[in-house]
Amino acid sequence: MEPQTGTVTLKRGLAEMLKGGVIMDVVNADEAKIAEEAGACAVMALERVPADIRADGGVARMSDPAMIEKIMETVSIPVMAKCRIGHFVEAQVLESLGVDYIDESEVLTPADEEHHVNKHDFKVPFVCGCRNLGEALRRIGEGAAMMRTKGEAGTGDVVEAVRHARSVLGAIRRLQSLQEEELMAFAKEMGAPYELVKETRERGRLPVVNFAAGGIATPADAALMMQLGVDGVFVGSGIFKSGDPLKRAKAIVMATTHFQDAAIIADVSKNIGAAMVGIHVHDIPSTELLASRGW
Amino acid sequence: MKIGVLALQGDFAEHQSMLEGLGVQVSQVRLPGQLEAIDGLIIPGGESTTIGKLAVDFNLMEPLISFGEAKPIWGTCAGAILLSKDARRPQPLLGLMDISVERNAFGRQVESFEADLDVPALSESRKGEQRPFHAVFIRAPLIQEVRGEAKTLSTLPDGRIVAAQEGHLLATSFHPELTGDDRFHRYFLQLVEISKAETDPMAGVVE
Repeated sequence: MEPQTGTVTLKRGLAEMLKGGVIMDVVNADEAKIAEEAGACAVMALERVPADIRADGGVARMSDPAMIEKIMETVSIPVMAKCRIGHFVEAQVLESLGVDYIDESEVLTPADEEHHVNKHDFKVPFVCGCRNLGEALRRIGEGAAMMRTKGEAGTGDVVEAVRHARSVLGAIRRLQSLQEEELMAFAKEMGAPYELVKETRERGRLPVVNFAAGGIATPADAALMMQLGVDGVFVGSGIFKSGDPLKRAKAIVMATTHFQDAAIIADVSKNIGAAMVGIHVHDIPSTELLASRGW
Repeated sequence: MKIGVLALQGDFAEHQSMLEGLGVQVSQVRLPGQLEAIDGLIIPGGESTTIGKLAVDFNLMEPLISFGEAKPIWGTCAGAILLSKDARRPQPLLGLMDISVERNAFGRQVESFEADLDVPALSESRKGEQRPFHAVFIRAPLIQEVRGEAKTLSTLPDGRIVAAQEGHLLATSFHPELTGDDRFHRYFLQLVEISKAETDPMAGVVE
C-alpha cells in the first residue's frame, strides 16, 4: 500500500498527542520560545491576544504569514494559527504555510455568518470552538479533527469555560442514558448529525479530542477544567498578560499534568506573580461576546 | 504483571486501553514512587520537550534511567526520542538506548503519513509468514543511527529506520496505540515476561 497523507486518523491523531498539555497563544518568536521553554505542547501564533483584540475593537483577521513563519522556524513544537469563521481562503493560505493545525476561531471577526469552512477539503487538521454538544458535532461533521469549548476569550474569567465544558460533557452523559429509539429526537433537538450522535453515545465521549479554552488564567483554573473532564487546555491572554509569563506558564503546565493532586497545584501556584486583571463576563455587552459567533 | 504508562502528557490513555484490552493491569505514572510497583513502562506519544521538562521538574529522570537499566521500557514517537542518546538538539533525554534520532524528520503535520511496514520480529507463524503492520507516523522522528547492542526492528521501504530494540528496550517512531493492532503491545509484554523471569528466579515456580 502506498503511504497516505491527510487522513482522518492522522488529523485526529495529532490532537491525541497534544492531550494532557497546554497550548499557548504567542504573538512573536520571543513569546514562542518562552512557551516552549515552559513546556507548552503547542503554540497558537497570532498578532494580538484576545484581550488586545477586545480592547482594540475593529476587524480581527488572520495574522501576517511572515510572523507565523518566524514562529514556525523558532520552535520545534506544533504551531497552530487562526482563520476567520468561514474564510476558506485564509485557511488555504495557512495550509500552504505548513502550519500544523488551523483554528477556525470566533476570536477573529467571522467572514461568513452562515457557513463554516468545509474542513474535509484540507490536508491540515482543524480545531473549532463549541458551546454545546450540538455545535461540537456540527463542526466534527464539517471535518473538525479537534474541538475546544469556547469559554469567553480575553477575559481571564473562567465562568464561560466551565459553562461550555459542563454543557458538552453533561449532554454526553444524558445521551448515554437514552434508549436507541430516542436518539433521532435527540439529534433533531441538538441539530447534530445522527451518525455522530450514535458514535458519541457508543464511545461515551466526543469522537475527537476536546480541550477547554476562553478565560483560563491560573494553575487552578487549568486543573478545574481537567477535573471537569476535558483533554487539555488553551491559554490565551492568561499567560502573556500576567506579571511573570514564564513562571505562570510553567505552573499551568505542571497543574495540567497533576490536575488531581491539590498539594502539587498549591505548590506550583506559589509566588508566580500577578494574574491578568481580567474582565467579568457579565460586564461585557452581549453584542461584544465572542462565544456567540458561529452556530 | 503490572505495566505503567508515563502519564505526564500525550496519548497515554490509548496505550492504557490497548493494554487493558489484553487483560493487563495498568497504572499511570506521574511521580517517581509510582515506578516501584510496575514490571514495565510505556512512554507514550506526545511532545518530547513537554514530557522531558515535566520529568525533570518532578525528579523523574534518574528514577526512569534506573528503571530502564533493570526493566523493559517501550517508547512510541516522543517516547522513542526520550529513550535515545542523541536528538540533535538540547533537550532532556534518558539516553538509555544507543540510537540517535532526528525529530520531525518527515516535516510538519501535512507530511504526516500512514504506511504498511514489515516487522519480522512480529512474525507469528513458524514459517515466518506475516501480515504487514499498518503504522501511523505523526510529525514522527526517524531513528538515524543504531549502534552497539541496539538492533533495527523495522525500516521504511527506502531503508530508513523506524523501530529498534536494545535488550529489553523498544523504540518505535510510529503509534501502534492508534491502530487497534495489538501485536506490538503483545511483543512488549513478552519482553516484560522474559525480564521478569530473569530478575525473579521464583517467577513461574508453583508454590
